[in-house]
Amino acid sequence: MHKNIIPFGPQHPVLPEPIHFDLVTEDEKIIDAIPSISYVHRGLERLVEKRDYIDFVHIADRICGLCSFMHSMGYCQAVEQVMAVEVPERALYLRTIWAELSRIHSHIFWLGVAADAFGFESLFMQCLRLRESVLDIFEETTGARVILAVCKVGGVRRDIDAETLKGIVNRMTAMRSMMEEISNVFISDYSIQHRLSGVGVLSREDAYTLGCVGPMARASGLHLDMRTLGYAAYKYLDVEPVVESAGDCYARCLVRIRENYHSIDLIRQAVEKIPEGPVEVKVKGAPNGEYFSRVEQPRGEVIHYVKGNGSRFLQRFRVRVPTFSNIPAMIKMLKGSELADVPNIILTLDPCISCTER
Amino acid sequence: MKLFTMMRTVSRNLVGGPATLMYPKRERVFTKITRGQVQNNIDTCISCGMCSRRCPTYAIVVSKKPKEWQIDRLKCCVCNLCVEICPKKSLSMENHYFPPVTDKTMGIYKLRSTAPELPDLPSGREVKNEST
Repeated sequence: MHKNIIPFGPQHPVLPEPIHFDLVTEDEKIIDAIPSISYVHRGLERLVEKRDYIDFVHIADRICGLCSFMHSMGYCQAVEQVMAVEVPERALYLRTIWAELSRIHSHIFWLGVAADAFGFESLFMQCLRLRESVLDIFEETTGARVILAVCKVGGVRRDIDAETLKGIVNRMTAMRSMMEEISNVFISDYSIQHRLSGVGVLSREDAYTLGCVGPMARASGLHLDMRTLGYAAYKYLDVEPVVESAGDCYARCLVRIRENYHSIDLIRQAVEKIPEGPVEVKVKGAPNGEYFSRVEQPRGEVIHYVKGNGSRFLQRFRVRVPTFSNIPAMIKMLKGSELADVPNIILTLDPCISCTER
Repeated sequence: MKLFTMMRTVSRNLVGGPATLMYPKRERVFTKITRGQVQNNIDTCISCGMCSRRCPTYAIVVSKKPKEWQIDRLKCCVCNLCVEICPKKSLSMENHYFPPVTDKTMGIYKLRSTAPELPDLPSGREVKNEST
């Protein structure tokens, strides 16, 4: 049969960020997909040689908008490990709370964008409306909505008082009921099931061999959640990876919905257990050594590699982001799928191109 | 499997009015700690230059003679580091954002001290020796 090559992206209605695919099609079936990235490469990793290791937190913050806090947290953890800094427990708890809030707002945002991709405009608007309340909490506790700039080497910059913490839990409880309403649409609506069920199936073996991380791996039945490693304050909380077995787009959607509830629960646990005390320690000297820090982002596991040589300027910084390790699985899923399902398959990966091209 | 699962939410939204702010009519309320723009009280400023050295984006320029403090608001990443490090607490963070401008040079904000310039003083250590 005659083969066609259909270009997809870098500008496409479902893509918030630029990534390009050459889709080789036979009739309406995709038989191959060739990705090309690096449309918005910024060279942030190399900047580490030019910026003080304390200033670099602000650059790590800007790797991505949605998981800005997690990037700075991963970087700070790596530097703290290299310098053997003991971070106060309260700071660890605060980091956990902000990280879980980031996860909630990223997942709600994803649900909205996914709804937009399969043409459910009012659901998209409703999701973004829900997300706004998380951004309000960010602004009240850190002073900014997206780039929080609240994490620093040796702790956090701002404390949250007990009353605000209680307020956060109350607002999260109120949000939970709103979220149940939205989730109900995602779970039981006919048109959404019709669009997502059985689309882009990734088997457990494939997810493992292709090196999937995050919700992609968990939707295929892999128990893979870096929070179980116990970084920050997760070691004091009950973390239970949310796992589905179907491995299709619908399962990935379910994983993210259930993770939202889990995150709300984790915030409640953290607020109950948070100890009093300082939120930062003074850091002296410069990092000498190297460390791999692993953090669970909304999209999966991110690795921050830091290497210092005893000066205030680090020698090497490297980020392996979840989207990058999920791309092989995306190619695998695209092969054999219908052309009309391509936007959904790409979106259920939750591609974050700005992370990938840091 | 159901149809019209969104109906309840949609009908409530129809009755409840818009969730967005009618912007020019109703101003957005910022929180107390919103990081909007850096402001300096030039009268208490001692021109030590710590803010300009700490700044990750090199947005602040401090000069002692004439006593001036300058910030490029378009370069500033509003990280709050200069406010935290200021020894005299003359820097502060205002909770209103810097309005959009049409030219890059319009982001430069300069403060000049109106106080009469001090005569040339010897460096700090010599002053201490004289007083003892």
